[in-house]
Amino acid sequence: MTLRRSLALMGLTATLLSTGPAFAACGSAEPRGTNDLGIVIERAVGRVKVVENTANTTLATVEGLGDLSHASAVVSRDGRYAFVFGRDGGLSKVDLLGRCIEKRVMQAGNSIGGAISEDGRLVAVANYEPGGVRVFDAATLDLVADIPAVYGPDGARSKVVGLEDAPGNRFAFSLYDGGEIWLADLSDPKNPRVRKYPNIGKQPYDALVSPDGRFYIAGLFGEDGLAVLDLWDPDAGVKRVMDGYGRGEQPLPVFKMPHLEGWGFAGNLVFLPAIGRHEVLVVDSTTWTETARIPVAGQPVFVVARPDGRQVWVNFAVPDYDKLQVIDVPARKVVSTLTPGKGVLHLEFTPRGERVWVSVRDTDRVKVYSTGTLAEVGEIAADKPSGIFFTARAGRIGF
Amino acid sequence: MRSRRPHAVGWVERQRKPNGSAVRRVLGLDPTYVAAVFAFLALPAFAADPAPTRQAELDYMLRQDCGSCHGMTMKGGLGAPLLPEFLQAKAPDALAEVVLDGIPGTPMPPWRGLLTADEARWMIDRLRRGLDQ
Repeated sequence: MTLRRSLALMGLTATLLSTGPAFAACGSAEPRGTNDLGIVIERAVGRVKVVENTANTTLATVEGLGDLSHASAVVSRDGRYAFVFGRDGGLSKVDLLGRCIEKRVMQAGNSIGGAISEDGRLVAVANYEPGGVRVFDAATLDLVADIPAVYGPDGARSKVVGLEDAPGNRFAFSLYDGGEIWLADLSDPKNPRVRKYPNIGKQPYDALVSPDGRFYIAGLFGEDGLAVLDLWDPDAGVKRVMDGYGRGEQPLPVFKMPHLEGWGFAGNLVFLPAIGRHEVLVVDSTTWTETARIPVAGQPVFVVARPDGRQVWVNFAVPDYDKLQVIDVPARKVVSTLTPGKGVLHLEFTPRGERVWVSVRDTDRVKVYSTGTLAEVGEIAADKPSGIFFTARAGRIGF
Repeated sequence: MRSRRPHAVGWVERQRKPNGSAVRRVLGLDPTYVAAVFAFLALPAFAADPAPTRQAELDYMLRQDCGSCHGMTMKGGLGAPLLPEFLQAKAPDALAEVVLDGIPGTPMPPWRGLLTADEARWMIDRLRRGLDQ
């Protein structure tokens, strides 16, 4: 690293606010496995519930995480810590066994999400303000690298979305304003090597990495299509697929941005939310062609395959956010509609998929369903619950 | 929502636009005419406020649904910040139209199917005061 760069990083480190001694000391942890643990975000009160999915119970409530509207989390490779990314730029390291915040830094003004490197040593955060990616040491939350998302002739900074981990200690992300995909290699963490792919399409809004780590796929809000980068062959550039899948049709209003995550994969098929139409798109990832469109109850937000790929569950934007629909993958159609309550914000399968947890914001409940019988088998009280993140994410690429 | 005569809505909006206050415009007119109009329209300038239960729903919607893009504290996200200092200089009716019609080419959707014009205007006033006020 050059001296100038070192100084710049030191200056930046000094501006990262430590949040002081506000947190209770971490309790001593009982010996216990962590593979059935997780957190539920309580978005309006800056708290997370530490939960377990063997008996479907709450173990603890951890407070003081700041503004958690649109919060997300990744899990350390040992399954003990959750790194929670808050809207207000807060990055909190929550100890699931000690049931406390071990460390917290305010690393930006406005953030959207993050990722953890395959070796578990780096946590990267996607920021809206200032636009870019900052990378932290997972052990200490010390700043390791700063990657401003500068684009265009005027050197403007773009909001960053769709930050995902990729094999080779790389992170891939998209520039919402800039219409670019960047691939950052952090195998030497202090000297990230960034490869930029410009002109990938208008307004990439989110992205996913396929479960095998091969494809980075960005959804485009401003165009009908997807941008795909083959991480096995980054020299081949970004390919546009599904171009014009809705051309000529009047799009419906999108009252909430859909989200993309690796879960849309069921075998070689990818199930994706259409933008501006009440459909789930089914794409064959070996040819990147559309194989089906499945009519659903509203604008899809999360389209999530059960881990075995037999079912795909879908939730919706307002005003259809009281529903959940279950798609049977072999039949390519909706086979059940559940109505858990108003404000179904997120869903998370247990590691093997026999149950699914569903956040129901307006009833302050997380409901647990059997995915075999579709019966409700449990319930947890949570204040305006949104994201649910189980520790099994630690072992998966792109989560 | 209570229903009102279509021409009454138009009258109030036309009067409100130049200076942002329907009341002051009305007070500038012949008093007997004003009295007659008020009696006929049942206080249109104030009747535009949604019923209290609907106000609570709209308030919740501002934080929870608008908050998905604009931040639950309205400090901004993918969408622009909606804190009072960002809205003060802008005309409330124009802002209400943005709510109703959206901004083409951006993720801001048209909410007209879910909100009436009065409700959109009430939400803008709410944001201009600040959600914690």
